[in-house]
Amino acid sequence: MAIEVRVPTILRSYTGGSKVVEGAGDTLTALIDDLDAKHSGLKGRLITPEGGLHRFVNIYINDEDVRFLGALDAKLSDGDSVTILPAVAGGALGFAAAAALLGPRSNRPAAVLDRTKG
Amino acid sequence: MARYESLLDACGGTPLVGLPRLSPVVPDGAPPVRLWAKLEDRNPTGSVKDRPALFMVREAEESGHLRPGDTILEPTSGNTGIALAMVAKLRGYRLVCVMPENVSAERIQLLRMYGAEIIFSPAAGGSNQAVATAKQIAAEHPDWKMLFQYGNPANARAHYETTGPELLHDLPTITHFVAGLGTTGTLMGTGRFLKEKVDGIQIVAAEPRYGEIVYGLRNIDEGYVPELYDASVLDRRFSVGTRDAVLRTRQLVEVEGIFAGFSSGAILHAALAVAHEAVKAGRRADVAFVVADGGWKYLSTGAYGGTLNDAEEALEGQLWA
Repeated sequence: MAIEVRVPTILRSYTGGSKVVEGAGDTLTALIDDLDAKHSGLKGRLITPEGGLHRFVNIYINDEDVRFLGALDAKLSDGDSVTILPAVAGGALGFAAAAALLGPRSNRPAAVLDRTKG
Repeated sequence: MARYESLLDACGGTPLVGLPRLSPVVPDGAPPVRLWAKLEDRNPTGSVKDRPALFMVREAEESGHLRPGDTILEPTSGNTGIALAMVAKLRGYRLVCVMPENVSAERIQLLRMYGAEIIFSPAAGGSNQAVATAKQIAAEHPDWKMLFQYGNPANARAHYETTGPELLHDLPTITHFVAGLGTTGTLMGTGRFLKEKVDGIQIVAAEPRYGEIVYGLRNIDEGYVPELYDASVLDRRFSVGTRDAVLRTRQLVEVEGIFAGFSSGAILHAALAVAHEAVKAGRRADVAFVVADGGWKYLSTGAYGGTLNDAEEALEGQLWA
């Protein structure tokens, strides 16, 4: 079962520089195991030691985010297209600048406001 | 029609228009599947960002964070900056925007026209360079105030209090809400409101997928998820590439006469996907989606004409949403 997998630049060191690789599996977990067998170390960049999808990794099956399709249990079929992307705030570079300004990331925007009062 | 005391009071209340030609055709006797566009380009500075800009400034004034004459520093790639520039001008603040230099010329001209000052970070350096630039500016000007749209609850609250209620009022039969995912404010605020009021509603995100050069990340750990983001508000999330976004943007103007920016094309792409699924399943659907801004600011990209390949190339390396 052939599934086309698009690999972002920052992970191509694991695929010998290839942008697109082929894998197999009827779930995302099976596909990632298959990919890791061919491209050793890739799994460790996608999956946390606890066994979940890395917070800053987004994986899409036919352009849809797998987190809403069962995550690692998401089903795959022959001919599906899988895209791996780093998590970024769509539409802006400013996010990174903002994050840098704020230092440690915080879910408490009150702290955000206080930071600039300093 | 209505009259307002000032431009700030004219924010929101945008029209919701049906798309009879782009809505999928259903078989005879099957329940209707309809697409509806929320025209956010009809806001004072021409984008959905007027809502959060106004709410964030008001909130900062009420909490004492902003005082008359203050300088606001905001990293932004465009629409939020333009909206903030207008609000800052009318409320008496100075605005400094940090932005990558690879945004469209019109955005830069608009910002300057509204009185904003712009500090560019080199496009080639990607987000890493933007980080360095912003750090430097912050260190040099510790008194400048940031509203930080990615983590400011007033951003999402603007949509919870305005966009959501407007949609429910205009389309009580709504089954799906589709919007772009950037700061996540539109989806979080509108999505939360609609989920409280409409049983079974689906909240759908459309995320623009740029060429990787735009992001400039060196490794996965440099990724970022906005503080406002709460995945439990969403039911589905689509990644939409440049080609699909351009195709749909062109269809929107060619078929329905709505001249929109490319992020709206990406949103329409996701809206059409859920609409066609509803047709297949024989379910009724009223799919409302956001037209985030008009196409004016993107004309200089040349991506409205020529082949799709040309357009894709023209937008390569640009922030089109």
